[in-house]
This record gives sequence, C-alpha cells and structure tokens, in this order.
Amino acid sequence: MAELLKTNHVSKMFGGLKAVSDFDVYINQGELIGLIGPNGAGKTTAFNLLTGVYQPTSGTITFDGKSLLGMKPYQITQHGIARTFQNIRLFSELSVLDNVKIAYHSHVKYGLLEAVFRMGRYFQEEQEVTEKSLELLKIFKLADKAYETAKNLPYGAQRRLEIARALAAQPKLLLLDEPAAGMNPQETQELMEMIRWIRSQFGLTILLIEHDMSLVMGICERIYVLEYGQIIAHGVPEEIKHNPDVIRAYLGGEA
Amino acid sequence: MNTIRKNDLLLIGLGIVVFAVLQGMMTEGLIGAFWKLNIFIICINIILSASLNLINGYTGQFSLGHAGFMAVGAYVGVVLTTNFHWPFLLALVAGGAAAALLGCLIGLPTLRLNGDYLAIATLGLGEIIRIVIMNIQYVGGAAGFTGIPHLTTFPWVFFVMLFTLIVVKNFVNSTHGRACIAIRENEIAAEAMGVNTTKYKVIAFTIGAAFAGVAGGLFAHCFYIINPSSFTFMQSFNYLIMVVMGGLGSLTGSIAGAFVVTFISAALASWPEFRMIIYALALILLMFYRPQGLFGYIELTQIGIIQRLKLKGGHK
Ligand SMILES: Nc1ncnc2c1ncn2[C@@H]1O[C@H](COP(=O)(O)OP(=O)(O)OP(=O)(O)O)[C@@H](O)[C@H]1O
Ligand SMILES: [Mg+2]
Repeated sequence: MAELLKTNHVSKMFGGLKAVSDFDVYINQGELIGLIGPNGAGKTTAFNLLTGVYQPTSGTITFDGKSLLGMKPYQITQHGIARTFQNIRLFSELSVLDNVKIAYHSHVKYGLLEAVFRMGRYFQEEQEVTEKSLELLKIFKLADKAYETAKNLPYGAQRRLEIARALAAQPKLLLLDEPAAGMNPQETQELMEMIRWIRSQFGLTILLIEHDMSLVMGICERIYVLEYGQIIAHGVPEEIKHNPDVIRAYLGGEA
Repeated sequence: MNTIRKNDLLLIGLGIVVFAVLQGMMTEGLIGAFWKLNIFIICINIILSASLNLINGYTGQFSLGHAGFMAVGAYVGVVLTTNFHWPFLLALVAGGAAAALLGCLIGLPTLRLNGDYLAIATLGLGEIIRIVIMNIQYVGGAAGFTGIPHLTTFPWVFFVMLFTLIVVKNFVNSTHGRACIAIRENEIAAEAMGVNTTKYKVIAFTIGAAFAGVAGGLFAHCFYIINPSSFTFMQSFNYLIMVVMGGLGSLTGSIAGAFVVTFISAALASWPEFRMIIYALALILLMFYRPQGLFGYIELTQIGIIQRLKLKGGHK
C-alpha cells in the first residue's frame, strides 16, 4: 500500500502549552484510521495542523509526496485533503444545495469573464456542478432538502451535509472531526455504515476523530491514541482495547 | 439551463421597456427638470449601492470608502473629457479602471483586517482620497473642477446601470460569486473548501471600486462643476444606508434602497435638517422590524408566488 500521509515529529505550542508534541503518524492509501483521546488531548489541533489552519512549531508533514508546510488551507484542500468541523461550520444562510456547490469551486474552470457574460464553459460547468451536487445529496439522504436553508436542518442532517460538502471538494484524504457527535445511537450506526460505504465508493482514505470507543473500534483498521498532545498508543483495535496506557487515560488514575 | 438564458433576456427586455417609458415621458415633458435629474441620480445610486452590496452584502466585508472610489472615477473622467477631449465612454472606462486599480492596491493590505477595523481603514481611505484631490491644483483643489461638458444623458445612466446590475447578478450566481458568499457565511469553512479567501475579497473589492468609479464619471458629467465636498464620508454612509435598508446580499434590495433614499432626500431637499432625522428614524424602525433590510438575501424573483411557480416548473 502506498503511503498517503506522513508526519514527522510535528509539534504545536500555544504560548507555553504544548498542544501537540512529536506527532508521528502515517496513513496508507485506502485506510480508515481512528484518532482518539480524552478532551483537550490535541486531536482537533492535529487536524488543524494537517489542514494548514495552524503551522507546526516544528516537524514536517508530507502528503502524496509533497510537503504541506507553509501552505494555506485552501491550497491543502486543492491538494486533496478535505475536512469537517467538530463545531459544525456550514454556510448556514445558504441552501443545502449551495453549500455543496461551493465545495466544487476549485474544480470549476470557467473564468470571471465567462461568468459575468455567461458564455463559454459557464452553462455546461454550472449544470455539471448542480447535477453532481444533487447526486451527493442523494447519497446523504438530503436530496429532498436541497432547497432548504442549511441552518434549518436537524442536527444529524447538518453533520451529514458537512460530510457531503467535504466530499464535493473531491479529496483523496477525508478528515472527520467527531462526525457522530450529538447523534443518537441509531443515527450513529447509519453514519458509520455510510462512512464505510463512501470510502469504497469514492476510493477514499479517512482519518476520523471520535469519542465513542465502541464505534471507533468497530470501524477503524488502526487507531492512534492521543493524550496531553502525545501519542500514547497505536495499533489495531484489539491491541488498543487492552493497552494499559489507554485504559488509564480513559478511566483516569492508575489502571 | 435554457430557462436561465430566457430569464436574462426577459430582464433585459423589461429594462428596455422601463427605459422607453421614462425616456418618452422626459421628451414629452411629463417629467420636469428637477425629477429628471433625480432619476439620473437614482440610476447612478443604484450603480453605487449594487457595487457596494457586492463588497458589504455578498462578500461580508464592511467597506465605508465608496465615495472615495467614486471621486477617483469622477476626477479621472472629467480631466480626460474636459482637458484631453476623450470620448465619454473611454473616459468612463478609464475612471472605472483607475478606481479599480486603487481598490486592488488598497484591498490587498486592508482586507486582512476584519469587521470594525476594515470599516475604519476604508473610511480613512475615502477621506484621504478626498483630501489628496483637494490639494491637487491641477483639478481645481477645494474650489472644484469647472467647465465639465454635460455628457451624461438618460440612455447613458440607464444602460450603464442595467449593465452593472447584470454583471453583479451574473457574478454572484457563478462559482466566483459563491466563493465570495461563502466568505461572508464562514470564512474558515470557505477556506477549507478550497476558496482562496484573500483573492476573492480583493476581487469583490476591485469590482465594487470599478463600478463606483464609473458611477463617479456619470455623476460628474451631470454638472458643470464638481468639487471634493461631494465625496465626503457622509456620502459613503449614504450608500451604506441604501444597501442596509434595501437588504444586504440582495440586488433587488440595492435598487429599492437607492430608490427610497434618493427619493426621500429629493422630497426633503428644501428641509435638509429633517432629512437626517427621517433617515435615522427609518433606520431605527428598520432595525426593529426588519433587521435584514427590505429584501435581506432575497431577490424579487425568489418571493412567494414567483418562487412557487418556478419550483413547480423546475421539478418536471
Ligand atoms: N488556538 C488556540 N490557542 C490556545 N490554546 C489552544 C488553541 N487551540 C487549542 N488549544 C488548546 O490545546 C489543547 C488541545 O485542544 P484540542 O481542541 O486540540 O483538543 P481535542 O483533543 O480536540 O479535545 P476535544 O475532545 O474536547 O475536542 C487544549 O488544551 C486547548 O485548550
Ligand atoms: Mg476537538
């Protein structure tokens, strides 16, 4: 399997706080990897480092053979990493359909003049974007809500819309930050099946943060465990389940 | 997609009908000189409010320097027509280009600022432009520039306005416009979806400045003399009021806002002291009962019956 993402001793300091230190992970093409850890462990910060929201204080990040250091978030997205947010960040006043359409932005080729005078590639590409967006919405069971305002969707649907939007950016690697947060068990189950399905359907590689242990154990092939910014364990679910450090980190105190 | 083209043609057709009616009334003498000038000003103000809406309403960047860009277009225009005898169209384009260039140069550093800071920076910028013009003797300084040929006619203001509206409408309904709207909605998410937010802020600012420049050129050639006091920050506020009153992110709103504000100030021309009071009252009432403006984020074509008919048609 080809290596898609590799980080080397990545650290991030916030003032005196080492939010992430010596973060070393690798992800192969097509894998579904979990990143877990207690509150404040640095999981979201790790995502922000991978997507260029923060620049690492030290260390290197290589994706698809290229270094991501110094790139802006939009450039990293264009290189093939898309993400969702822990605290949902939809374009809330816009329609569900427009939310998805926006994510096709970097794949649209028509220029400003073609847009303003509606010539050349404009009509053809706009039609393609609309059709593809509707198709994605269908996959995420949002097709009947395409023209609703995003903020009026129920919580679970908003989470699904965020994933649909990230997929519209056509990434190689998809980062999901607690996609099941706030969902009920049945919704969570459906979501997990959906994640597995889109991975095979789109040939994706996925890294997901999740609090729900059983869920992560059930779906991920390998798991990284973060505590106080450091990776304390790494392995297949079976190993993680019985790792004394992980048990201690999750249950608190000495195990 | 054919329906889009059909709607575009319908809109242009409608524009031409409105033009023909107004032009007819003017030549028949049904509209007097005072209201004729005010119709000119309404058209020019629509250009200004639509272009400011692109920056403030669609892209969500709080700019308060529109009168400054207008001044640049006005002065470049009058110098070119009066001193160099350029054709009107070229002078307008040159004025727009000069304002766009300035907008782009200034946008690059200032658009890194957010919210209030950007408002203050653009406000200062508008004032700096005015004061610089006031100190250039070549264009008459504070006394103003005189001897401007009266080139602005009704077809000019009307069709430049129609052109502006079409350009802004098409822009916001494209991937480029969606990028701008995404910035307004959530800058971090926009960037995460692959939108170069700095680039699109500068693009919106530059297009907005360009049309403000063109509007300035049209405005200046309505009169024999212009002077820097026509382009104070109060004027920028005026355009902001039009945009906010009409509704941020709505072109229908920009038209309505330009109409209402120009109409109020024309109707109260003899009582200037009441003007500001009425503005203030209107704005306070609006904030209470309709904070999103008359048409916040909604176009006339999306309202009620029209929308329902469209949806029914669209699903077939
Ligand atoms: N921009 C920032 N400035 C300063 N400190 C920050 C910043 N972002 C995160 N932190 C701190 O870094 C640490 C890690 O935070 P992070 O959000 O990455 O944790 P997390 O593992 O995602 O937690 P949770 O499970 O609650 O989402 C926390 O102590 C947090 O307060
Ligand atoms: Mg987090």
